[in-house]
Amino acid sequence: MQIAIASGKGGTGKTTIAVNIASFIDSLGVKVSFTDCDVEEPNAHLFLNPKIKTEINEYLAVPKIDEDACIGESCKKCVELCRFKSLIWMVDAVMVFSELCHGCGLCELACPVNAIGKGERLIGTTSQGKSGNIDFTKGLLRIGEAMSPPLIKAVKTISPKAEVNILDCPPGTSCPVVESIDGADFVVLVTEPTPFGLHDLDLAVQLLETLDQPYGVIINRAGMGDDRVEKYLSDKNITLLGSLPNNRDAAIIYSDGGLLYESIPGYKDELSKIWGSIKNIVNEVE
Amino acid sequence: MKQIVVISGKGGTGKTSIVAALSSIGPKKVIVDCDVDAADLHLILKPTILDEQDFISGERPSIDLDTCVQCGMCVEHCKFGAISDEFIIIPEKCEGCGVCSFICPEGAVTVEPRNCGKWFKSSTRFGTLIHAALGIGEENSGKLVTTVRNASTDAGIKEGAELVLVDGSPGIGCPVIASLTNADLAVFVAEPTIPALHDLKRVYKLTEHFKIPSMVIINKCGINKNQENEIKDFCQENEISIAGELPYDLAFTKAQIAGLSAVEYDPEGLGAKIKVIWKELEKKLMA
Repeated sequence: MQIAIASGKGGTGKTTIAVNIASFIDSLGVKVSFTDCDVEEPNAHLFLNPKIKTEINEYLAVPKIDEDACIGESCKKCVELCRFKSLIWMVDAVMVFSELCHGCGLCELACPVNAIGKGERLIGTTSQGKSGNIDFTKGLLRIGEAMSPPLIKAVKTISPKAEVNILDCPPGTSCPVVESIDGADFVVLVTEPTPFGLHDLDLAVQLLETLDQPYGVIINRAGMGDDRVEKYLSDKNITLLGSLPNNRDAAIIYSDGGLLYESIPGYKDELSKIWGSIKNIVNEVE
Repeated sequence: MKQIVVISGKGGTGKTSIVAALSSIGPKKVIVDCDVDAADLHLILKPTILDEQDFISGERPSIDLDTCVQCGMCVEHCKFGAISDEFIIIPEKCEGCGVCSFICPEGAVTVEPRNCGKWFKSSTRFGTLIHAALGIGEENSGKLVTTVRNASTDAGIKEGAELVLVDGSPGIGCPVIASLTNADLAVFVAEPTIPALHDLKRVYKLTEHFKIPSMVIINKCGINKNQENEIKDFCQENEISIAGELPYDLAFTKAQIAGLSAVEYDPEGLGAKIKVIWKELEKKLMA
């Protein structure tokens, strides 16, 4: 079962809930695999403290021009076809601006003389290890690299399959999130009861409705703001999986990289209820 | 005209609340929301839209199923998994690369310009706001940010503004990189937590990569003294000056619920502190 934890707005508590759910389920004796899909700013390792066993460089296939084979100015098909302006005709040769390349392979398909071979661009690293019994996988985007989806795909590909896979997703509602939640059986949206939280929750809901993904919502820091999120959920008939209280002690434990489910009163019970609801919904869908 | 971009690496540290607060003080300015896929600044600034533009970027293919012979070439060559087994394009996955239309032997793929969202020029009580809304699940957020950034620079010059103040997005990827174009100063909003410091270090590496000067605002002070000191040590080691510290204060949330900037909601408390921060930012810009 793949459960993705997403949010729209940043900082609502995705990672907090992902690591606490993972540890809680692990404590029930369920085999858990944790995948940190927030490759731009991964944080889950700061809470789960995995022992990393392997780290590998990840590359995106980009074009490499064989200048001897290239027939030059009379052709320029690759330059004309590239939608991302990553191939440019410069005086007397095709230049590759690798940073702009999406790795679609169109130039290679279009070249009539097979002058385009495979180069590569380092996009970051993936690493794997263990946090107790939990399999742990994360990616780390290279500083300056703009495109995270290929690395997210790589992280998800190497992540070991287990009874339950928890995917900690990046914030937002665009391509990195779409890549992260792809294939998930259920998406948990974490929000907070504030106008910003509600606004971005609505965007995330629209995305999941468009993608036809089953989902439910957790209100984190309940009590810090107003009740507009709850009203929104009941108006739209969206499943509220549970609410975790706004609690200064929780903020302090979090700030030091600690887990909450064993130290904040009521947290474990609420997680247990949330986990029960998720299992029921996923089983119904299947 | 100077340009400040407020970023953080980690989400939820208080970028938008701080930008809203800074918007309400200082010189004549153009305000910009570059968090195009989860924009919130307008909830405080309550803009009146003056001009609305479609954001057309890239292309959207579609497969004519009457012409399609189901040979599977497009599915095989699409690197983004954007074509279903029923030969329907999945728009959320399509990057508009053109491989499918190129490879199709039957000419069954047609392409149209892709509408990826909208961007707006608006008036607010604090000055002109340039903002945008990426279409749900759309591509090209970096390009939309670039469009918004270019429009804000143009508006600033045209209006004779002294400042362009930019609310960035979390992370270090394409929207953040695009928002940093033309920045004179990057302002990092940090909070005294282990994850926020981890992310601050990465976003600092990014601005160093682009050789952009930076300053730090430490928000939510009071929950972890140790982590506050860790941030300060990091800043000292790297010669990043600290523009100011703000307390862990529910007034930010209350201001948000009231639809006000923290300066409007709590002029004596947070408001006074924000004014001191602005003076520090101004000093750095003038240096």
